[in-house]
Amino acid sequence: MKLTKLLASAALAVGLATTAVADGHEKTKVGFVYVGPIGDGGWTYQHDQGRLAVEAEFGDAVETVFQESVPEGPDAERVITQMVLSGADIVFTTSFGYMDATNNVAAKFPDVKFEHATGYKRLHDNVSTYDARFYEGRAVLGHIAGHMTETNKIGYIASFPIPEVIQGINSAYLHASKVNPDVEMVVIWAYTWFDPAKEADAAKAMIEQGVDVILQHTDSTAPQAAAQEANANGGRVFTFGQASDMAAFGPKPRIASIIDDWSPYYIKRVGQLIDGTYEQTASWGGMPEGEVVIGEITDEVPAAVKAEALAMVEAITNGTYHPFTGPITKQDGTPFLAEGEVATDVQLVTMDFYVEGITSDIPN
Amino acid sequence: MDLSSINWLLLLASLMVAATPILLAAVGELVVEKSGVLNLGVEGMMIMGAVCGFIIAVETGSAPFGFVAAAVGGALLSMLFGVLTQFLMSNQVATGLALTLFGLGLSALMGQGYIGVKAPGIPKLDLGPLSDLPMLGTILFRHDAMVYVSIAIVIAVWAFLKFTRGGLILRAVGESHDAAHALGYNVIRVRLLAIAFGGGCAGLGGAYLSLVRVPSWTEGMTAGAGWIALAIVVFASWKAGRIIVGAYLFGGITVLQLNLQAAGAKIPVEVLSMSPYLITIIVLVVISADRKRAAHNAPADLGKSFHASH
Repeated sequence: MKLTKLLASAALAVGLATTAVADGHEKTKVGFVYVGPIGDGGWTYQHDQGRLAVEAEFGDAVETVFQESVPEGPDAERVITQMVLSGADIVFTTSFGYMDATNNVAAKFPDVKFEHATGYKRLHDNVSTYDARFYEGRAVLGHIAGHMTETNKIGYIASFPIPEVIQGINSAYLHASKVNPDVEMVVIWAYTWFDPAKEADAAKAMIEQGVDVILQHTDSTAPQAAAQEANANGGRVFTFGQASDMAAFGPKPRIASIIDDWSPYYIKRVGQLIDGTYEQTASWGGMPEGEVVIGEITDEVPAAVKAEALAMVEAITNGTYHPFTGPITKQDGTPFLAEGEVATDVQLVTMDFYVEGITSDIPN
Repeated sequence: MDLSSINWLLLLASLMVAATPILLAAVGELVVEKSGVLNLGVEGMMIMGAVCGFIIAVETGSAPFGFVAAAVGGALLSMLFGVLTQFLMSNQVATGLALTLFGLGLSALMGQGYIGVKAPGIPKLDLGPLSDLPMLGTILFRHDAMVYVSIAIVIAVWAFLKFTRGGLILRAVGESHDAAHALGYNVIRVRLLAIAFGGGCAGLGGAYLSLVRVPSWTEGMTAGAGWIALAIVVFASWKAGRIIVGAYLFGGITVLQLNLQAAGAKIPVEVLSMSPYLITIIVLVVISADRKRAAHNAPADLGKSFHASH
């Protein structure tokens, strides 16, 4: 036998052997792509807690890998591809900006499952999307904020003008203005998910302009620290933990928090993949599914307000109350929801307008 | 638009705070580049300073100790760059970039146990009657000590470069290392000292972020400040006085755009958001337009490796 032929058949044998191993491998490899560092104390930290929950749930049956601080853009595509090539069976891409990258890579690897967080594009059968109904939590925070403000100025540090963020602003404003009609919403677009210095500056700019309750849709704890400093200098500023509990900043300025708990979803999906019941889905869980949780409401909040907030959590959880229930009018005066009408999911995921009463404009 | 809701005095005060980290990092890099070395690792050294300063400040309960540790941490990391580029003749651009990546990774590792921990507060300086001056008191005299330290460092660097023999030697090394070597100056030693100073300053800038401006430790918290500092050195055409102008301009626009947003200015947010970077680019273009002058300002041997046997 010629040497080349020998080598060729040897290579073939090795190739077959590895394929066999790949088919019959016991461990399910689960990949996670993160937009920030796992130590951001917010968004990415919570996703990583979900990853750890998957490991704890399935033990040796799974192997997890992750890549942190992956920029949204072409780099993401490279990272996802790399993860698939290294043997991942399912990849969770955990930021809105990975939407196209996820779908592009999914087209090339039809046997691998892809799960994209907070997006809406499912161009291929192997792409699922998942999101959490953060606006449910924002409603509760808005309610508390409306009661707590004395200057009637509520600040909202926003990241990018996407429906998910706009839902949050509208939900918070609707419920704040319900208990306090004089409330004004001050929105700063940071154009970043994570930049502690910029978030701190944004919070300071708000505080200097008289904002005394700050909500944030960015991932770091910097606004909490800025509020804390203002309070140390005689201010009266309240904040809410974002994505993670941020309990270190309680009982003041942090008076409550909106927590993303991805563990139930991750465990469910990986479990389905292992037992073969996995199907493409577009999941949008909220308080009933345990994906959106309100952290401890501290004693800075009057007991009556706290009780109302908890009652709202209860009502949303058991399905008797929807934060977007009419009558609601759009900012430009056109009606959005009639009396008693509830927003559909399609209306929510395409939300690109402020509700009546918010004075600033959404950048487009 | 309701501009009256912006408190201009507080805005001017907070621009000084916002500019301090990049001011510190930029003045350090100025000295490095004046000695003929291009260290692109400012971001890495800043974040090392941020984490070292934070850890020591938390462990000792003293912010001043934290700042000292930050300077030491930044300088130590810069020595890695120094050894690689000065003794092993590695490419300065590549080494600097590697230093940034290394610093980001190492700081994340070191900071593992310090996420969510609070930093000890830094006391405001009590400048007595100065703080009570109308207008000026609010803008200039109610800051923490580091704001004044950063300005003092800039003035010291300016005086050092302009009036002292040491400054002359440093500039000579940057303009023509062969000539300086022929005159008997130890080029490598001068450059190592400059690199260490640059690292120390970058470390202080980073610690200002983690101990005063944010103040807590989060991975990747410098978020590009080091690159802005590099741009500001060019912006300032390698002149210490203009570093202050550049840093305060950048810090000012950063703070102003947030204030304008909060005040509901009818300017597209995208424009506001990119304005600090836009202005930086425009000024860089204006400065670089006159090629002769730009070339004249930059140290002649910037980025060139030196070996005594040449």
